[in-house]
Amino acid sequence: MIAEGLIALVGAGVLLAVAIAVPWLKFVLTIALAKGIAVLGILLLLRAGQVSFGHAMFLATGAYTVAFLAPAMPEALLLIPLGGLFAGLLGLLVGLFVVRYRDIFFGMLNLAISMVLYSLLEKLYHLTKGTDGIRVARATYAGFDLPRETQEWLMFAIALGLAALFGTLVAAYLRSPMGRALAGIKTRETRLEFLGVSARRVLLFAYVASAVMGGIAGTLVALTTRHVTPLLGYWTSSGELVFIAILGGAGSAVGAFLGAVAFELVRVYAAASVADAWQMILGGVLLLVILFAPGGLWGILAGRLKVRA
Amino acid sequence: MTQELSRRALMGATAGSLLLAGGNAGAQQKPSELRVGITTFLSGPASVFGVPSKQMAELLFEQVNAQGGIGGIPVKPYFVDEAPGTEHLVGEYRRLVQNEGVHVMFASISSGSCLACTPLSDEMRKTTLLWDCGTQRIFEEGKHPFAFRTQGFGTPEVLAPLLYLLKHKPDFKSIAVINQDYAWGRDSWELWKTAMDVLKPGVRVVAEMFPRLGATDYSTEVTRLLASRPEVILTTSWGGDLVTLVRQAAERRLFERSTFVMPVAEASLQLLGKTVPAGHVIGARGDHWNNHPKPKDPAKLAKFVDGYRARYNEYPIYPCHHMAQAISALQAGYAKAIAAKGGGWPNDQELANAFRGLTFDTPTSTITLREDGQGLEDQIVGLSSFNDKFPFAVPKDMIMFPAAMVSTPVGMKSVDWLKTLTPAILAQTPAPI
Repeated sequence: MIAEGLIALVGAGVLLAVAIAVPWLKFVLTIALAKGIAVLGILLLLRAGQVSFGHAMFLATGAYTVAFLAPAMPEALLLIPLGGLFAGLLGLLVGLFVVRYRDIFFGMLNLAISMVLYSLLEKLYHLTKGTDGIRVARATYAGFDLPRETQEWLMFAIALGLAALFGTLVAAYLRSPMGRALAGIKTRETRLEFLGVSARRVLLFAYVASAVMGGIAGTLVALTTRHVTPLLGYWTSSGELVFIAILGGAGSAVGAFLGAVAFELVRVYAAASVADAWQMILGGVLLLVILFAPGGLWGILAGRLKVRA
Repeated sequence: MTQELSRRALMGATAGSLLLAGGNAGAQQKPSELRVGITTFLSGPASVFGVPSKQMAELLFEQVNAQGGIGGIPVKPYFVDEAPGTEHLVGEYRRLVQNEGVHVMFASISSGSCLACTPLSDEMRKTTLLWDCGTQRIFEEGKHPFAFRTQGFGTPEVLAPLLYLLKHKPDFKSIAVINQDYAWGRDSWELWKTAMDVLKPGVRVVAEMFPRLGATDYSTEVTRLLASRPEVILTTSWGGDLVTLVRQAAERRLFERSTFVMPVAEASLQLLGKTVPAGHVIGARGDHWNNHPKPKDPAKLAKFVDGYRARYNEYPIYPCHHMAQAISALQAGYAKAIAAKGGGWPNDQELANAFRGLTFDTPTSTITLREDGQGLEDQIVGLSSFNDKFPFAVPKDMIMFPAAMVSTPVGMKSVDWLKTLTPAILAQTPAPI
């Protein structure tokens, strides 16, 4: 726990140093941190042995919450929790239904529901402006209208702060009885029921928590990129989150952020060096990780540093 | 030097080499090369536009550099793939501006990408040429002092084929639409419907169909169109979707029953060969047909088309022309800015000032950028036909609609403006050329 915290602290320090040294990477890292928060949610479900192929719907919910509300109420510090709230409500609604299913059925139902949301975002043309998306109005921070440079720094700081907050919460949660019960769902659910613990309730709690994190991540993405499109909720975005979880390693909360930062950097550099074949590099990296480091980047790091995950 | 640094950063991607990569933006004195960032589709369905335009850009920059570059320095393009989506693209825009230190950006085939990039151009004060996207929202929803669109946009590209249809087939009574289900498909139908309702009220819309983007089967839609027998079928689809639709419609002889109007057909005609029958209305999102009947400089157009054909063994399609327009605007813009500064190298603001009101040559004619940044490009629409010169359909009986006649005036919204049209505009339509 302490070693994990130390690594996280060092990681945050490195990110900060990079953001200061290379201004344009600040944007990429903010997005990476936001995605890391969403991946934390995937991680919770992975602990229960469930993969959601539709988690981008919560990201899109958070992002569109910001896009719709920002013109009327441009306060970022309110928009962020509101995005989490709406995503959490959607998570509760969807969760009540999907936690009855396991494995491939769980994954596919999530995928199906997320594609329903995607289609709505695309088809309710007069509300959402379809695939062209909505420009996010300029946000204020605690009432201040800040210049671009300050705003970018602030978004980076908020993302970093929220990443630390949710990382700590998830780490604590996974050590709590509720978190242990998640692992119980993976190993043998019947035993859990014999202990008097409702597996559905355990999974529902984790599902709603992961939805909230997805929503928060979405608000951060929307406030940073300032333009939202339905593509945020497309199944490839969901796949991306699962990809990041595997890349980072499901063993630790730090893994989510490690994976997200690595993913964004690989994509940016792959796109910069071979603009027309960057997908191949990304795919190659994932294959290498699966073949040679099944524990993900966190597994490599923890092995080197002899940290027990 | 810059090149070497960023290459090293790419290889290493370690914190140390990243440090070196920062901070070469904002050079005031004349740089050693003119860096241009270009966003285009290099993967996904829209790469049918993106890849040919990239090829055209490479070819033209080679020619420009062989003739001494722009303002005496060579041009170096940086291509970026639009396919991964907005959040990746705006990150790439920042990378190009802040890390590679590009002097000018060329933004986007996709309208969504353009809408995301123009606010960035405002904030980063970087001259951005919108080289292909068509959404009318860009300059109608806000001012963008550093953005300039070097071609036409959705409204004239829809209005011109409508006017052509009203000339060619003035007494049609029913129409059906089959557009791709995304922003352009919806937008273009809204524009068309608005204009049609004022110019020819009472036309019956027998079917409005929006199959999904990238659909591979149109049998249901074709059946419905065969059954409902519209006199006219509008489709603003493009790329693989249009090719599939046309093939499946031709197979079932839909073209014999209804007149098709295809405002974006030009880019797919080569692929379709003889599948598109003669006598249907086709557009090119501009005046840039390879068989333009009256180009400003016929030798120049021939050289342009033949140069591309010699290299890539295919005819240039409209995105190639749009790319050429942006590059021509870039040359003219720099020439004007350098002249205005008495030979000095312009900064970002001076460069943007030069683009306002700029007139530049295109392979077929000239385009002037309006005060809001919108380019005024004439529209040529014609009827599909076949001749000995081309192994695919090309237009005949072409009408050239002057840009000013079919474009929304500065400061107005397209839909509002279309509502103010009267049938008198038909009388202004020039004679076929």
